[in-house]
Amino acid sequence: MKYLKQSIAKLVKIEGLTIIGVFIALMILFIISAPRVFTGYRIYMSFLQTVPPLLILALGLTLVITAGEMDLSFSAIIAFSGFIFCYVFRTFGTPWLAFILALSSGALVGFINGWMVAKVGIPSIMATLAAQFFWNGLTILLSGGLSWNIKEIRPYFIHTLFVGRIGGLVPAQSIWGIAVAVFLWFILNRHTFGEQILFIGDNEEVAKVMGVNVIATKIRLFIFMGIISAFAGVLLTLEMINFWTTQGAGLLLPTIAAVFIGGTSIAGGYGTIIGTFFGAYIVGSLEAGVVASGIGGYWTRLVTGLVMAASVSLNIILSKEKGEGLKERIKESIFIKKGGE
Amino acid sequence: MLKKGQFKNAVKMSNIEKYFGHTAALKGVNFEVGVNEVVGLIGDNGAGKSTLIKIITGVFPPTNGEIYIRDKKVSLKDYNVKQAYKLGIEAVFQDKSLGEKQDLWRNFFIGRQITNRLGFIKVREEKEIARKIMFDMIGFRGAGITAESKVNKLSGGERQGIAIGRAMYFDAELIILDEPTSALSLKEVNKVLNFVRKIKESGRACIYISHILPDVYEISDKFIILDRGEVVATIKKSEITLKELSEFMLKYAHAK
Repeated sequence: MKYLKQSIAKLVKIEGLTIIGVFIALMILFIISAPRVFTGYRIYMSFLQTVPPLLILALGLTLVITAGEMDLSFSAIIAFSGFIFCYVFRTFGTPWLAFILALSSGALVGFINGWMVAKVGIPSIMATLAAQFFWNGLTILLSGGLSWNIKEIRPYFIHTLFVGRIGGLVPAQSIWGIAVAVFLWFILNRHTFGEQILFIGDNEEVAKVMGVNVIATKIRLFIFMGIISAFAGVLLTLEMINFWTTQGAGLLLPTIAAVFIGGTSIAGGYGTIIGTFFGAYIVGSLEAGVVASGIGGYWTRLVTGLVMAASVSLNIILSKEKGEGLKERIKESIFIKKGGE
Repeated sequence: MLKKGQFKNAVKMSNIEKYFGHTAALKGVNFEVGVNEVVGLIGDNGAGKSTLIKIITGVFPPTNGEIYIRDKKVSLKDYNVKQAYKLGIEAVFQDKSLGEKQDLWRNFFIGRQITNRLGFIKVREEKEIARKIMFDMIGFRGAGITAESKVNKLSGGERQGIAIGRAMYFDAELIILDEPTSALSLKEVNKVLNFVRKIKESGRACIYISHILPDVYEISDKFIILDRGEVVATIKKSEITLKELSEFMLKYAHAK
């Protein structure tokens, strides 16, 4: 018994293991409830096609939340940079210039966010909410509220590179999702930038005393998030070969949910890229899974709520160090307040 | 940078005044910390201890006065926290020195990471040095602490030790400890006092700020007593007993 407890404690320390467990359990549940859909490969290919924009956003947001901040403007950046991409492509016919300007537009929005948060001192949730309205509004103004089709981009290399089908089957964006995840894992866990993010999220005062330039790091972080959001926006626009003014609006809450399901702490100072990776695929697969199980599309949101509550609780209970066994830990997390350790 | 033996004082402050608006926090403070000297800085709340420390560590400049580091006058215009680090002055604040949720090895190197050209951290090297600091410099004995331990698993005394070890590793010439024992159990206090002895043994200087007279008395070579912004006494340890020191301090407490 004691051995079991020790091995549980060891396993919990592996990054993202809890959420991988939840993910596998969910998939098994879907396979049992809808075997015809979930034993074929098509459904998984469709996940690999639809989830990456959400995944990439969630990965970027993981860094922001780890720093103890929040970004609500990324859904507007998706629309704004998508618009810039389409506009430049249609005007000049050069997809790579369009791509670079789209990323730059994301960087610009991020810079303004970061400046408001770090320099002016507006709490990030307010600053980025204002930014969300502003940039979304600007996008609607500039585009005249219309959606723009860019099917001419299909033959271009950029389309194949970002959203083509590898071997005629696997969507390229899924590989990009993995690439961004690996890259951000190294940034957060192995780069000075990530370490500064960890310490700022942990305790800004300590970071300052230890010589971290808090203001510059935060501005850099929001620029980073802006570029990542713009990249997600370009992927989405390319996949749909279409820009529309509200693209991204539906991604706001699922993205935040993906980060929290993954186990990143809202308190700051701890973030898990692997957790977010699986969190995003859980959020992205729930709707299809629930519908295919035959309990009806109306249940999707309810189930998402349940899964989120369950994963977050599981993460908190398992990461409790006090309390020997699982039972004590559960007791502790229910009856003892958060600050009472 | 001057080597040891080439200078007399680690820090000397002369006629330091600090005004916040019209309120004087420090009124002409003079004091010096010799090479390899542990100085106990004593005084009641509001005596100006923390103002003085913030001036030494470059958080803000004094209104008037001069600071000498290793006998060399410091240009107050360019003096800031980073500059103080460079000159080998480091403060350990009780709650502001360590990232609670982070690994120990990260805490050793935050702000001064060992990286490759692209800014990626050399994790193995940092962990190895962290281990060395813990065992060789501060003398941690086993107790299940590794370079990967999280700070919030450590006791209060161990945390002070980590912060002190870090300062020593980065060649601080003067380490300032702000109330290092005020929230600790007796056993933990002993650990911290041992860490301070390590500072002394390694040839460095230390300013030890505390309310707790027995601790200060045990560890210090010299006492500087601050009262309402003025240095009211500078006493060598050989000139006074703990009892006399306590009575001396009580006199000031009653005078208010």
